[in-house]
Amino acid sequence: MTQESYKILVVDDEVDLEPLMLQRMRRDIRSGRYSFVFAHNGVEALEKLNEIDDIDMVLSDINMPQMDGLTLLEQIPTVDPNIKSVIVSAYGDMKNIRTAMNRGAFDFVTKPLDFTDLRITIERTLAHLTEWRAALASRDQLVSLQKELDVANKMQKSILPTRFPRKDDYEVFAHMEPARNVGGDFYDVINLENGRIGLCIADVSDKGVPAALFMMSSRTLLKGASIGCENPGDVLREVNDLLRETNDTEMFVTLLYGIYDPATGNFTYANGGHNEPLLIRPDGSSSLLPRTGGIILGVVPGMEFAHNTVNVGAGDTLFLYTDGVSEAMNVRAEEFGMERLAAIFAEVPPLDAEDTTMAVFKAVHTFAGETPQSDDITCLTLHRSESAS
Amino acid sequence: MMEVTSERRGDAVIVNTEGRVDGSNASDFQDAMEAAIGEDDAAVILNLAQLDYISSAGLRIILLSAKNLRQRDVQFAICSLSPSVHELFIISGFDQIIAIHSSADTALAALNG
Repeated sequence: MTQESYKILVVDDEVDLEPLMLQRMRRDIRSGRYSFVFAHNGVEALEKLNEIDDIDMVLSDINMPQMDGLTLLEQIPTVDPNIKSVIVSAYGDMKNIRTAMNRGAFDFVTKPLDFTDLRITIERTLAHLTEWRAALASRDQLVSLQKELDVANKMQKSILPTRFPRKDDYEVFAHMEPARNVGGDFYDVINLENGRIGLCIADVSDKGVPAALFMMSSRTLLKGASIGCENPGDVLREVNDLLRETNDTEMFVTLLYGIYDPATGNFTYANGGHNEPLLIRPDGSSSLLPRTGGIILGVVPGMEFAHNTVNVGAGDTLFLYTDGVSEAMNVRAEEFGMERLAAIFAEVPPLDAEDTTMAVFKAVHTFAGETPQSDDITCLTLHRSESAS
Repeated sequence: MMEVTSERRGDAVIVNTEGRVDGSNASDFQDAMEAAIGEDDAAVILNLAQLDYISSAGLRIILLSAKNLRQRDVQFAICSLSPSVHELFIISGFDQIIAIHSSADTALAALNG
């Protein structure tokens, strides 16, 4: 396979960043995958964008002289609406991160820069860019529905994290298998302050490129809103209101978002119309988390979302899923259902996030047999170690 | 797999939906709903007594219909949910967005009252 080559514009007023970036990314530069262009403020960045017409993405600091990064974000689409931007911000600078996400940034990284994380973020942005361009091409041309769905599926894949926390006291694993014709599931695992993590599972109504673009907005807005916010209900309220502003086709997303605190094992969650997660005890018994009310996101503005906290004890497992699991059908048109799901855990009590996740996929596949998968299937599992205290 | 029929009760129309509505036939459901609703109808009651299953794509069509009808000042309600569909309406919060009644008659009475 020939490797794509991408040009990245780095905008930062710290002159030290240029040699550091060239040094840390030297392997990717030598292989021809990345090439870098540098600018030191927003004005210079716009000049470079006008001058060089094949820049694929912009990595920009926020605080800079002459023109700051947030103003630059507003200007970039006037040069080329298909350039994707990643913002570099101070840790916990929620206000600026939110503004950046609202102005169309694809993602953000925080200072001090971790180059491993930065490379992952760049790769995800470029993967997304590739699918974005394919989506635009399929929108502009008269393409078959199947082609459009393929593009949407790839776009969906490009936003799903594939690396998960694996700590001594807890671990996370998630997996999504897309249906051929319907899609819209996504999940996210977001690093928060003080070692806490945000977990999200969601299902967008409908299929195709418009649904994939709605999924992108949902994921980006959630990420922006979750940073620095302690209350999942507030996060959902904000995502709901922002989605509503730009949604005139009554598309919606069901989304469950919660914050896990490894120090206490507490999981605080709010629910935007999604299936309640299961809490599985070490003996394999399980129960649904209490309902918190809350409605689907993107339809009714000004809604409040209540939150609730449960404790994930040592050896407990938290299982988040979409209705592709519970509503999978077999040849006799029976649904997989919650009882069969609970039976998987009762038979083999979970000891590991990945094994637990994949055991559910295996059981659903066995049950469905030859029946075609009619909806995306997504599971996200958090397992807290027996030894955690 | 899906069938939509309608009956008139005064200036209201009752739209009965049977079977399954999912991503594969949501646009058919939309067309059938639009065809069943006349220009002069003052109220629309969607009767889901015979509905076995509805996916999020189908729920979106209901939202779109509700929005279009609201813009035309036409009243809209849903009635006669099966336990499994009712459960779905509760989980998604749909019961907080659209009026739900136990039967077409109570829906009619509520809309007229």
